[in-house]
Amino acid sequence: MGKYVSLKDFDWALLALLVAISGLGLLQIYSTTVHTKFAGAHVKQFYWLLIGLGLLFFLCLYDYHDLLNHMPILYIISLLLLVAVLVLGTDVAGARRWLRFGGFSFQVSEPVKLVIILLLARFFSDIPRDDVTLADTLKVFAVVAVPGVLIAVQPDLGTALTVVPIALVMLFMAGLKLRYFVMMILAVVLTLPMAVHHLKPYQRARLTSFLNPELDPKRSGYQMLQSKIAVGSGQLLGKGVAQGTQTQLWFLPVPHTDFIYAAFSEEHGFIGAVVGLLLYLMLLLRLLHNAQTAPDVAGMYIIVGVAAVIFFQILVNVGMVVGYVPVTGIPLPLMSYGGTSVLFTCMAMGLVNSIRVRRFVN
Amino acid sequence: MSFAERDTRSVKARILALEWIIIVGFIGLGTGFWRLQIFQAAYYSRLAELNHLKSLPIAAPRGRILDRENRVLVDNYPTFTIMVHWEFLANLQEHIVPIAEGLGMDPAELSKQIEIARRRAPYKPIIIREKVSRQDIAFVETHQVEFPELDLVSVQSRLYPLNGFGANLFGYVGEVSESDLDRPELALTQPGDQVGKSGLERQYDDILRGTDGERRVIVNSRGADMGLFDEKAPLPGHPLRLTIDYDLQQIAEESFQGDNGALVALDPRTGEVLAMVSRPSFDPNMFAKGISRSEWAQLISDPRNPLLNRAIQAQLAPGSVYKIVMSTAALESGVADDGTAFYCPGGATFYGRHFRCWQKKGHGTVNIHQAIVRSCDVFFYNLGKNLGIDRIAEYSEAFGLGHRTGIDLPNEETGTMPSQQWKERVFRQKWYAGETISLAIGQGALTVTPLQIAYSVGGIASGGYFARPHLVSPKELERLGRKVPTPMDKRVPLSEHTVVTVTDGMYGVVNEGGGTGGRARIAGIDVGGKTGTAQVASLALSSKGAAHLKDNAWFVGLAPRRNPEIVVAVLYEAGEHGYLAAPITKAVIKAYYDKKNGIQPRFAERPAPGEKLDADPEIAQLRGRHTSASQR
Repeated sequence: MGKYVSLKDFDWALLALLVAISGLGLLQIYSTTVHTKFAGAHVKQFYWLLIGLGLLFFLCLYDYHDLLNHMPILYIISLLLLVAVLVLGTDVAGARRWLRFGGFSFQVSEPVKLVIILLLARFFSDIPRDDVTLADTLKVFAVVAVPGVLIAVQPDLGTALTVVPIALVMLFMAGLKLRYFVMMILAVVLTLPMAVHHLKPYQRARLTSFLNPELDPKRSGYQMLQSKIAVGSGQLLGKGVAQGTQTQLWFLPVPHTDFIYAAFSEEHGFIGAVVGLLLYLMLLLRLLHNAQTAPDVAGMYIIVGVAAVIFFQILVNVGMVVGYVPVTGIPLPLMSYGGTSVLFTCMAMGLVNSIRVRRFVN
Repeated sequence: MSFAERDTRSVKARILALEWIIIVGFIGLGTGFWRLQIFQAAYYSRLAELNHLKSLPIAAPRGRILDRENRVLVDNYPTFTIMVHWEFLANLQEHIVPIAEGLGMDPAELSKQIEIARRRAPYKPIIIREKVSRQDIAFVETHQVEFPELDLVSVQSRLYPLNGFGANLFGYVGEVSESDLDRPELALTQPGDQVGKSGLERQYDDILRGTDGERRVIVNSRGADMGLFDEKAPLPGHPLRLTIDYDLQQIAEESFQGDNGALVALDPRTGEVLAMVSRPSFDPNMFAKGISRSEWAQLISDPRNPLLNRAIQAQLAPGSVYKIVMSTAALESGVADDGTAFYCPGGATFYGRHFRCWQKKGHGTVNIHQAIVRSCDVFFYNLGKNLGIDRIAEYSEAFGLGHRTGIDLPNEETGTMPSQQWKERVFRQKWYAGETISLAIGQGALTVTPLQIAYSVGGIASGGYFARPHLVSPKELERLGRKVPTPMDKRVPLSEHTVVTVTDGMYGVVNEGGGTGGRARIAGIDVGGKTGTAQVASLALSSKGAAHLKDNAWFVGLAPRRNPEIVVAVLYEAGEHGYLAAPITKAVIKAYYDKKNGIQPRFAERPAPGEKLDADPEIAQLRGRHTSASQR
């Protein structure tokens, strides 16, 4: 195995897509916060992006096999951090999701996703494809369930759910028979009512208001309805930068984080929304292309895991914006304001490139 | 394991599957945007607009009502109303206690008021308080941040003259009611709109009522004003010029000196109403302020019936005033001529029943001139007998009795002109010849309105030209682009001899010895007239109380005697002062001639306009600030 790595093999197209999407995000953060107390958030986000790009290049040069080797210990550290959040974390609106280091607040659940991807990639690369046993499947779910539950009790149901697609996509790539998938989906559907029973009141309210947003338009259904109004009133061409009445007059909830795509769609219309979606689609297809050309199965698993997480987040976040999915606190990768999310996505892209630049090496 | 199965498990195949899952997912998201932004774009745009635009009405001032010389009779004045847009009801309910305290109201009372307003018109602004004081305005302005839901809106209130001056003529305005919505001209109004409810306000509501403007203010999700979006200026109502002469109206109003009755002054050449009085009256400002339940109850249960416009709605026996009509009918039909004379011994017997003359000692032998001048009942009993009911009814109806004159006021009454067919229809009884005898002196079932008296007598004196009485001239209607009602006049051919005989008789009533109307005499002016006493009040009024059972005095006067320019009919309800009907007529006719000769009538004071609530120069100044943007 040679050690020669060339930046010629770096995925510049992927980087271009990342920068384009982040640019739209920066513009939208600027537009939604310019007249609020968050004014200047786009500058902060820009610095986070610079740091993220730095990490991206750093990880690209770093051999991912090295990381894989350290996975068990990193996994245990992750679990400890998640417990630490529950004990020492900062309370924000009744939820403990943030850990403070000096002046920085850090959302531990974001890097945990990366750890799970790497750990599962290592696990699956060690067992033969097409021969995933029931025991393996249970192991996979156990590995995912522990951090998942720890995140869920923060409570952060949305992020907790993002670990599920990681497990599913890896099992799928490992060749798990389709009928097992069908059985798993059935099991989820059957246990759903029980899960609903254990939801926190605000979570249940969000779920019911999703099913019936007009029932209580001033409370739980409010956010969803305002998001749909923002999107719908954007029409074909949008209202223009910083011209969205829903966004600028505070009808749209958290327009620079979770509902940024609603604000974006209001101000840039159907055309803008479709262009944004196409950029994301190209990014995901680019990732899958890299998965296909990965030098080894571990690399392939990592990239597919990354794609799954990003796809899931887009699906849930944008689905929420158009009213297809209940309101959850999942940020939109690369667009939503928030350092931890930016860093996670950039690091994930760094890993992808780390795999890509080594495709001709062995 | 089949080959196909194995193939679907290859990395390449499964990545391809993942690609398709992603593509399908994105198509799904894309349809979401298509649905909201293309398919339902109009719906959500409307919702967004409703979200951030708060519509506040700008009340259009009603047109002022002017007299024939453009002097203001009914005016407007600006007041402020505190209201809350229905969308911010929740905010309001949260702040009910501090807001009620700030405005000096009882919170429970305010809650109830809001609940009522809400149920009545769910999507209309909720009125918190109308005609607010300066302190209230200060409270709202200084609490913009705490209570952004409170809006201060400029409103135009109607201002009527005090003391019931012209009240029944002008009518009053009020909020449109359920039953008003049946009026086709009010089809486009909305609950809460002010519309004319009676009198001229109702008759010419479409001219007087303006179109409200609208100010759309941008608000954020907390309801705070973020600036003006657009403004549609209100279209004020058109000013309406009446044929009424302020001076004559005031003299007429003051002449009643607190007694009850009615007056109509017409120009018989055109039908223009120069003055119209109905007493007792009411204060229309009460309606403009928003009449309370108890005030309303008091008004409608008042036995004197102040809401009745006696000039067009009181239906009373005309008494001897009717002798003008009888004389004309007799002369025209040939039943009487200059040589016709009857002996009056103070009474006469017809069809086995004795009918008395009001003059117990009798008038001796009288011809038609003397009979009119001295109002001899026996002479007219004989005319009645000779004419017969059919001809009496025919002529009377031709002169307008028993029919509406068609004046431009709502709810004019017809009076009753009895006839054989009428009795058959109403009572299913035969007409008794004796009834004709009573009818001949204006008694019995015959009833007329004061307007009909002025119209009929004016028409006869004008040689059979009956001009439709009106308060707004056809010229004014044309100027306002409205249809002029047709026909505006009616001609009943009368011989000159008849007209001369009758008007000479009327001149004699006022100016000859033995005439019953000497109190109407004016030196140098050719005044004619006729007195009358209605012995029994109309059914409508007689049941109301003893006062109405007393005799009602009539006087109809005109000047000059040929081709009169003014005819005045007065009904005076207080019996013991019945002789005052003639002086009232005289006062109005004298003022008319004084004005014609360039002498302006002098008054101690003009009727004071209704009290302006919290008339405060500072409130008037605020107006400009609030009708423009309330940008902060």
